[in-house]
Amino acid sequence: MTQIPVLTPVDTPAEAPPRVVRKRGWKSYSVYLGLAAILVYCLAPFYWMLVSSFRRTADIFDNSLLPQPFSAENYIKVFDGSTLFGQALLNSLIVAGVTTAAALVLGIFAAYAISRLNFRFKSVILGVIIATSMFPGISVVVPLLRLFTDIGWINTYQAMIVPNLSFAIPLAVWNLTTFMKSLPFDLEEAAMIDGCSKWQAFRKVLLPLAAPGVFTTAILTFIHSWNEFIIALSMVNDPAVQTATVAISKFTGATEFQAPFGEQMAAGVIVTIPLVIMVLIFQRRIVEGLTSGATK
Amino acid sequence: MSTRIAASPRSPGRTKSGNRSAGEGRMAALLLSPTLLVLALVIAYPLVSALYQSMFREQSGLDASGFVAEGEVFVGLGNYADLFVGESGARFLNAFGNTTFFTVTTVTLETVLGLCLAIAMNRAFRGRSFLRASILIPWAIPTAVSGLLWRWIFQSDGIANSLIGSETLWTAEGVAAKVAIIVAEVWKTAPFIGLLVLAGMQIIPEEIYEAAKIDGAGFWRQFRSITLPLVKPTLLVAVLFRLLDALRMFDLPFVLIGPGKESVETLSMLAFDESNQLRYGSASAFAVILFLYVALVAIVFVKLLGADVAGTKQVRALRRATSTRKAKAL
Repeated sequence: MTQIPVLTPVDTPAEAPPRVVRKRGWKSYSVYLGLAAILVYCLAPFYWMLVSSFRRTADIFDNSLLPQPFSAENYIKVFDGSTLFGQALLNSLIVAGVTTAAALVLGIFAAYAISRLNFRFKSVILGVIIATSMFPGISVVVPLLRLFTDIGWINTYQAMIVPNLSFAIPLAVWNLTTFMKSLPFDLEEAAMIDGCSKWQAFRKVLLPLAAPGVFTTAILTFIHSWNEFIIALSMVNDPAVQTATVAISKFTGATEFQAPFGEQMAAGVIVTIPLVIMVLIFQRRIVEGLTSGATK
Repeated sequence: MSTRIAASPRSPGRTKSGNRSAGEGRMAALLLSPTLLVLALVIAYPLVSALYQSMFREQSGLDASGFVAEGEVFVGLGNYADLFVGESGARFLNAFGNTTFFTVTTVTLETVLGLCLAIAMNRAFRGRSFLRASILIPWAIPTAVSGLLWRWIFQSDGIANSLIGSETLWTAEGVAAKVAIIVAEVWKTAPFIGLLVLAGMQIIPEEIYEAAKIDGAGFWRQFRSITLPLVKPTLLVAVLFRLLDALRMFDLPFVLIGPGKESVETLSMLAFDESNQLRYGSASAFAVILFLYVALVAIVFVKLLGADVAGTKQVRALRRATSTRKAKAL
């Protein structure tokens, strides 16, 4: 059978090609050279943001590779209360958290139905759900902006959370369905023969087995919602409710004449750090989640 | 595996199967209805509403009998007809051109670069997890933050200019702004394609390469005759996702260059600007056009190139295999 289990760890040692003793020629060095180039390519811009955020305002235009002198001035300014940046981070957390939770609950039910039950129009429904993820954000925003203005939802969390579901639900359903399909049906069947109801089999057998998939989906959905920009930008104009990504795009700082690059970089680092930590800890899961849809 | 899933509910007790699937159908409807309800609100409603609103236009002026007319008037397809004439038409065509230009250039560069990244990563044995973590960083950085980051890099007295020794104004208007957008976008998304392609490469059995090596195939030959055909399905899906994503590009030009700049304004930005000006009619028309554009690209891509997004082909193939096996068993 050609099917490869969808969420196989991408590079378990067993799968790595058998290691052959090689001559250490220019070829192996060129591999390392290529890898170094990739590292520089991926990390240099982020490193530059990090370094710049630790410079003083006076020497922000320095081009030295390390901040000299090292200063946390920008970080203190970001949180000094004049910009509501702490509040924006909290707002992002609330919006992304609720979006993720809602998408997961709905996604688990939908994915269970699609992967375990027999009904008509199944592939049509799955197709429709996947197709909705291709819907451009702006096509959601323009009509909903008007609706939310009419019902007084502008400057509320739900005005961001509900439109966020337009991309979060397809993502969750898609990931969870592929994952649940890869789990064997036997265990549930055995549990049902032993007298479990369908609901019990789902709750006590399938859900614990699907936990890794649910977790991966949660990480991906959270990252996508945390990074969301156009919906939050359109639905909210009150600085007390706006999310961190919108807040930093509007970061003007205290002085009007000089763009506060140091503070912007510090704010950017703060918004990115939670994601970088997640990437470092859960990198394997994230890659599995990202690639499960593409390689089947 | 899906063979078993597809087959098992049917296999025990054929006589009950009709009864059973009716019950399952009801349960499936129950489980799916919340999802479909929410999607109806956030996808179907906006689509219908945008189509409807795009047929109206804000009116503020004097009507024929001299009264001040306010509110909206029905203009039919007037908003769409206006897309091609006059000043607003020129702006639309420019935005349409920019969107297409950015999509074609960035996705092409991303695909080439992503393939190179994947090949390099596939050859690395040590430090692969470190490499993978670092390759995820550009992907994980919010686009708004990466826009800010690249604006800092592309400052007139920033690091980009001092590295290449020029005094280009990257973040103003013109070709330089376009280049800045392309560089920032490719930086963020090439690793994503690289990761997907790498996953596709890792399921290619090593024996094929061994055999090719014995037959005397060099690196390029192996790449063209083995790697490329075998990662093609993965690559197609990755490119399709990127195409659809690039067509709705908004955050990056908005933050990196700014709204209302002719040389980088995309369709999403134009629609956003129109709705900010409370011209919902034309904003909706732009949103509908963008939606149709995205749908067209998706359909053409799936039909012509056969990108298997939903995995339906495979399911069908499996089902066919199962039924033949069953037939043989009988």
